[in-house]
Amino acid sequence: MSLSADDVAKIAHLARLAVEPRESEALGRELSSILDLVAQMDAVDTADVPPMAHPLEMAQRLRADVVTEEDRRERYQAHAPAVENGLFLVPKVLE
Amino acid sequence: MQWETVIGLEIHTQLATRSKIFSGSSTAFGAEPNTQASLIDLGMPGVLPVLNKEAVRMAVRFGKAIGAQVAERSVFARKNYFYPDLPKGYQISQYELPVVGSGVVEIVLEDGSTRPVGVTRAHLEEDAGKSLHEDFHGMTGIDLNRAGTPLLEIVSEPDMRSAKEAVAYAKKIHQIVTYIGICDGNMQEGSFRMDANVSIRPKGQAEFGTRAELKNINSFRFLEKAINFEVARQIEVIEDGGKVVQETRLYDANKDETRSMRSKEEANDYRYFPDPDLLPLEIDAAFIAEVVEGMPELPDARRERFESEYGLSAYDADVLTGSRIQADYFEAAARTGGDAKLTANWVMGDLAAALNKEGVDIADCPVAAADLGLLVARIRDNTISGKIAKDVFAAMWAGEGSADQVIEAKGLKQITDTGAIEALVDEVLAANSAQVENYRSADPDKQPKMLGFFVGQIMKRSQGKANPQQVNELLRRKLGG
Repeated sequence: MSLSADDVAKIAHLARLAVEPRESEALGRELSSILDLVAQMDAVDTADVPPMAHPLEMAQRLRADVVTEEDRRERYQAHAPAVENGLFLVPKVLE
Repeated sequence: MQWETVIGLEIHTQLATRSKIFSGSSTAFGAEPNTQASLIDLGMPGVLPVLNKEAVRMAVRFGKAIGAQVAERSVFARKNYFYPDLPKGYQISQYELPVVGSGVVEIVLEDGSTRPVGVTRAHLEEDAGKSLHEDFHGMTGIDLNRAGTPLLEIVSEPDMRSAKEAVAYAKKIHQIVTYIGICDGNMQEGSFRMDANVSIRPKGQAEFGTRAELKNINSFRFLEKAINFEVARQIEVIEDGGKVVQETRLYDANKDETRSMRSKEEANDYRYFPDPDLLPLEIDAAFIAEVVEGMPELPDARRERFESEYGLSAYDADVLTGSRIQADYFEAAARTGGDAKLTANWVMGDLAAALNKEGVDIADCPVAAADLGLLVARIRDNTISGKIAKDVFAAMWAGEGSADQVIEAKGLKQITDTGAIEALVDEVLAANSAQVENYRSADPDKQPKMLGFFVGQIMKRSQGKANPQQVNELLRRKLGG
């Protein structure tokens, strides 16, 4: 499996990572080798193996529908770069 | 060219839990921004989501309500995309293994015919926060109170062939989720939001055309208008030699048109994968049995029961079971009223008219169901006539007390004493001797119509309180003699 520069650019864009063109080739090689590792699985017959959703052989525990959290807005927003009227402010998003 | 419309709907219903799907934050609507956003909802590192049992129970209830298979094992997955109101950078949803499998609902069309619409699946997921695009010095405001609110996304088969069918289906789902109490159905508050996948194809063609997805429609009226606009747009594009592009479009109610959202080529590249923070959800038979046990009567079953138990027409039964609260109101009123058909007429007639006129929801009706039932009972036991009952109802609506209190206070009790009525009849006959002569010499075919004059006079003289049956009977006897 060999990823092209375009593949790398697309993956980087989806992950919102700024990848310099000069890094692209090396990253492509590294990603390809990871995919090659995973591709070894193709050689194994997994017809009778159910897909694994989680490495632990356990089921999800459920919690009761009870409100346990209280308002800690002030503390949480102390970390935010910009806040107004209780809202977090972020760079303008256009639809 | 004859075109056929193909529509599938994705409906997001907010589940009526107290707390969020993966955290203990409140889901109450309308709180101050970000006061119901915990570390989990904020997507802080190092926190773990824990699934809300009630959300699972509600999903199972929906599955059983539409006769669908409930998955013994379902898996939560991460749907990856970047948007500021999704602080984790992914939405926890279900992808390959949803909790509810395929089922079916019956929709009723305008001509009264029914038609099945397939539900492909329904899955649990978390809602995102809200972005406020008003100008905050060139920035966007983010409120994460809604982030993590449980949603059940209900996905239909592309089984609908017109905007009207799509609306009938959406209303059916709305009816079911509100009946079984898993969603408050409040469309203004966004508890029930619809996306419509719309495409067209030449009539007779098996293959589907390219679809456009109309996002985030929150009223049945807009759903119909948006689909109709979109179908006309697609026909025009194709007939002008163009091609429909697969894209997301927004319906603008002010302009009554759909327009393309900035299309991103990677828009659908969500790179789902199982969420390692959550173990598979396992649902055993005992859990399902418990849910089925607590399942309220479903709308279709209730409609049929209203026909068989109360002898109501299919139309009446359909109207009365339109919402659970209306059906509950009718049944409570009929219990005290003792006459289901008469009660039904009152609920669908005078009561509905008053609610409509005042713009009041039946949930906030100033006349309690048992009080309306008592009014019906007073018509039945001849305390008042149906005509006087309308005045009594108006007084009850105005808060002047129960039917009995109003009848007593206003002296509206019907006159059923034969002697008293006979006296009234005699007075009227004596005062109108010419009409009496006319009546007696008239053709027997014309007499019933002429009788109305005397009845009117007597009712007037009694201020509407004389029992109409007795008046008619006595009149006929006296005029005949």
